[in-house]
Amino acid sequence: MSAVSVLAAPMAPSPIDAPDIDYATISPLLIVLGVAVAGVLVEAFVPRAYRFVTQVVVAVVGLVAAFGATVWVATDLPEVGGDVPARGGPTAMGALSVDGPAVFTWGMLLLFGVLGVLLFAERRLDGGLSAFTSQASTPPGSTDERRATQLRIEHSEVFPLAVFALGGMMFFATANDLLAMFVALEVLSLPLYLMCGLARRRRLLSQEAAMKYFLLGAFSSAFFLYGIALTYGYAGSFDLGEISTAVSNRIGGENLLLAGMALIMVGLLFKVAAVPFHAWTPDVYQGAPTPVTAFMAAGTKAAAFVAMLRIFYVAFDGARWDWTPVVWGVAIVTMLFGAVVSIAQTDVKRMLAYSSIAHAGFVLVGLAGVVTGTGLTSLSAILFYLLAYGVAVIGAFAVVMLVRDAGGETTHLGRWAGLGKESPLLAIAFTLFLLSFAGIPLTGGFISKWSVFAAAWEGGAWPLVVVGVVASAIALFFYVRVVVLLFFAAPQGDGPTVAVPSPLTSSVVVVAAAVTIVLGVLPGPVLELVQQVGAFVR
Amino acid sequence: MTSLSSVVLAASEHAEVVPVAADGVFSWVWLVVAIPAVSAAILLIGDGAGDHGPLDRFGHLLGTAASIASFVVGLVAFIALLGRDAAERAITQDLWTWIQVGGFDVTMSVYYDQLAALFVLLITGVGSLIHVYSIGYMADDPRKRRFFGFLNLFVAAMLVLVLAGDYLVLFLGWEGVGLASYLLIGFWQEKRSAAVAAKKAFIVNRVGDLGLALGIMLMFAQFGTTNIHEVGLNVANASQSVATALGLLLLLGACGKSAQVPLQSWLLDAMEGPTPVSALIHAATMVTAGVYLVVRSAAIYDLSEVARTAVMIVGAVTLLFGAWIGCAKDDIKKALAGSTMSQIGYMMLAAGLGPAGYAFAIFHLITHGFFKANMFLGAGSVMHGMNDDVDMRHYGALRKVMPVTFVTFAMGYLAIIGFPGFSGFFSKDKIIESAFATNFWAGLAALLGAGVTAFYMTRVMILTFFGEKRWRDDVHPHESPKIMTVPLIVLAALSVGGGALLFSSWITDWLAPVTGEEHHELPVPAIVITAIIVLVVAAGVALAYVLFARREVPDTAPQNVSVFTRAGRADLYGDAVNEALFMRPGQYLTRSLVYVDGSGIDGAVNGTAELVGDGARGLRRLQTGFVRTYAAEIFGGSLVLVLALLAVNLA
Repeated sequence: MSAVSVLAAPMAPSPIDAPDIDYATISPLLIVLGVAVAGVLVEAFVPRAYRFVTQVVVAVVGLVAAFGATVWVATDLPEVGGDVPARGGPTAMGALSVDGPAVFTWGMLLLFGVLGVLLFAERRLDGGLSAFTSQASTPPGSTDERRATQLRIEHSEVFPLAVFALGGMMFFATANDLLAMFVALEVLSLPLYLMCGLARRRRLLSQEAAMKYFLLGAFSSAFFLYGIALTYGYAGSFDLGEISTAVSNRIGGENLLLAGMALIMVGLLFKVAAVPFHAWTPDVYQGAPTPVTAFMAAGTKAAAFVAMLRIFYVAFDGARWDWTPVVWGVAIVTMLFGAVVSIAQTDVKRMLAYSSIAHAGFVLVGLAGVVTGTGLTSLSAILFYLLAYGVAVIGAFAVVMLVRDAGGETTHLGRWAGLGKESPLLAIAFTLFLLSFAGIPLTGGFISKWSVFAAAWEGGAWPLVVVGVVASAIALFFYVRVVVLLFFAAPQGDGPTVAVPSPLTSSVVVVAAAVTIVLGVLPGPVLELVQQVGAFVR
Repeated sequence: MTSLSSVVLAASEHAEVVPVAADGVFSWVWLVVAIPAVSAAILLIGDGAGDHGPLDRFGHLLGTAASIASFVVGLVAFIALLGRDAAERAITQDLWTWIQVGGFDVTMSVYYDQLAALFVLLITGVGSLIHVYSIGYMADDPRKRRFFGFLNLFVAAMLVLVLAGDYLVLFLGWEGVGLASYLLIGFWQEKRSAAVAAKKAFIVNRVGDLGLALGIMLMFAQFGTTNIHEVGLNVANASQSVATALGLLLLLGACGKSAQVPLQSWLLDAMEGPTPVSALIHAATMVTAGVYLVVRSAAIYDLSEVARTAVMIVGAVTLLFGAWIGCAKDDIKKALAGSTMSQIGYMMLAAGLGPAGYAFAIFHLITHGFFKANMFLGAGSVMHGMNDDVDMRHYGALRKVMPVTFVTFAMGYLAIIGFPGFSGFFSKDKIIESAFATNFWAGLAALLGAGVTAFYMTRVMILTFFGEKRWRDDVHPHESPKIMTVPLIVLAALSVGGGALLFSSWITDWLAPVTGEEHHELPVPAIVITAIIVLVVAAGVALAYVLFARREVPDTAPQNVSVFTRAGRADLYGDAVNEALFMRPGQYLTRSLVYVDGSGIDGAVNGTAELVGDGARGLRRLQTGFVRTYAAEIFGGSLVLVLALLAVNLA
């Protein structure tokens, strides 16, 4: 019995035991949150001159250590018997479930985190200053702002903020309890809201984005929370396992359950940017500082989808016939809307935002065709998808950081014409990421799309696959148009300028490109791994 | 369905093919793909490495050498294959495991059998000749290196397509040739028409690719494998409807790539590409990939009468459609493009006949590869001499100034109309005979097509090489350099002698283990059919002679022409249909979605510039307004979601 359900039971005032927590198993989570706290201390005690570098070192070393711990936890994860292969299980009195999918997601998020932090630390592009504003408290365009810039003040707080968000994401993907999940959702969201508003250039746009993201995020959190309350009203527990039991037994009052399920879905669909809860995505992706966009596009989507899978495959598995049609509908609308509207975009960041909406639809296709058991399950296909997409999207935004003009990044597509001439390697890398988004063979995107669609078809969702293939075809048209623009169009004026990045950004682009190719050409080991992680354990 | 066949003789089932592992020379077959692929990579990635470097001076030679080397490897492997027993001619070599999930495996493997061997020779052989020709044709183009890089890329992708042992790997090649075709059609992208044509080819091909992608999905869902060989074994145990669905989906893919009705519209516009590209990709090789796909999937089509009939109808309709267009065009390349559509229609028709026709489809595909590449290159040579003018009304009497081009083009001409003894005579004759043996109407369509082919090809011949000089004033036609005429001579020789493949039924015996064999008895002796065909062809030639050689050819196309000519000039309104059915609704959809999106969302961004200047008041007003809209959307969406869930449950 979990701690929460003890509190919920009205009778039998049993003595409250000290929670029994297996610290070794959740060590990666503790390390990440510890690193974030250490970052706050660095902010307080380290002199300004050394602060930025110290923060970068603390964050990167900490995340790498957490990755090591994740690998260690993964190798130690006990197999649990049952109909379907699975490993690991609930810990921390049922609040967390450190199972195969959770640990894989940890590793994936930590990879995104390291890549993201490297982008955060890039300072060579903007005259030795980072992509974040010098002093967020100064009004845009004011003398104070100019003074802060001249003094080369920097917001090195972004590093602990990012690590806190990362901790929240990891927590979110692991939570086995609706209340814990809500706390995780807030821990991951609040730092992101803040970071979105910290851009150095075009600060009004950035602040507007942060404001919108915050208001709408809070709004959708309320839906999520209300859904939790209704579900608790139905099942009498926050624990996903116990909710599952209640749902399977059909204990009566199903309307409460359905409403709860729908509202929880709203909260999660907002985070993954599915239509009609997508409206914030283009604005926020465009307004936020590009490193933050990269980090959030990869990380939030991965964490939210894993949490979504966990809720729907564990807690609401017994009500599958009730929620599947809705997921079908959302998936179809999301894929088509994202693909069609991306055609009309003229801004690179907005284009990537709409593409991220379409990708949310593709993942939902995998979610809708439920396949469990051995071999290629929906879960393993989606985990692979999230990895391939996340890496490519970080790489794509890293390229966006490098194409600049006097006003900072130049994101209008017209200004990207002729990039292939200016910087062939960069253009080739961007092309590779676009082809991966489009699902062209020999990139990670192809294998991931294939596996998600294959799982969905096997799960009986073939109409969704048909729509998915149509939507990919529409989207491909746009991606190829961009590729042609990069290589064959005559540049406007002087053409785009490509800033020379520090090794930090270059290494992110190189790693992302390499992973994208490896996942496309030799996906075997990773496909093996996502099948090994097994099912969720409640 | 009317059928003239009274007796079906020896309807032999496919002999069970067991692929053997590659050894000896066969373990090097992967080189035919690797050599042009590496060369393409060098030529394209080296593109940014400064102008006038060594790659700029010798890049075209590298590309040509890569193609020739690939041909040599292919030839050696083919000779080795000839020396093997028929039972051991399907050779497979696993390179690496591409995808492995549960019981599902996709192996990057080379599957080299009788069918693939012929294609390898055709692609690398004709490809090499066209590379050589391009050295002359593209001599003055500043982006020559990139052109050869794309050509190499195309050759590599096409070879992946034909050597694939798995439908997913085939799909990789399929997308690759599509990409190369797109890049090459739009090679002269400073011409707006070229860019538009490239885009059109791309979009129409996507529709076809959907069919192929869904077909592969269906195979995976049904059989758990996409290996071509295993799908063939499994489909025998599947239901009729699965075989039909697979057959129709693959046919959709084939229609896109092979420019068959209803996805034909892109091919005529694709002539905007450089002429060697039209010869290689849009005549000899890539556009025949659809025929290859159907023949390669023989096991599927064998089981579905419906799918086979659909293939046959598509082929019959396209062969008449293309011939009609060919009659009405004044642009020499477009006339030839219409003819290509029509000839591929013949191949499709033959493939739709089942095991009785597969081998003849491939036979015609090969002879067509020779004579059509020959004629396209000949057209390129003519254009080279005429300052890139493509209007045949401005030609005339070129046989004297361009003797080599004239003679080689004439060989191609005689082959395509089916003049007795030339390669096209044998291949087309066999298709018409088999068609008559299976279905009277299919046979009639093929026979009529032969007459029309003779008519429009004679027209091309007369307008270009005979009659009066109608040259523009500043044009001084001259014979092309040796580097261009030598490939013409080789291809002309092949156009004449290609029929030798049928000698003592070599090609049907050779392909029998892959495609199966079946012979339908004709109601009348074959010689009668042959005689009728020759008569129809002669009538077509005579009609064209009367209409075009005996009369003055107007300098501009006359406008008061019959409704048939007008329809042909307008590509039989294919574009109009596409626009009305797909393009306008699509544009409307995009625009309205963008409008919905734009009014709420893009407004904020477009407004940002003004917003910065407008100051705080405008800022506040805009912001609250937009977040409210978003929130309303979320609220509305939630409402819909809750109601949908409840509705599903209540229902």
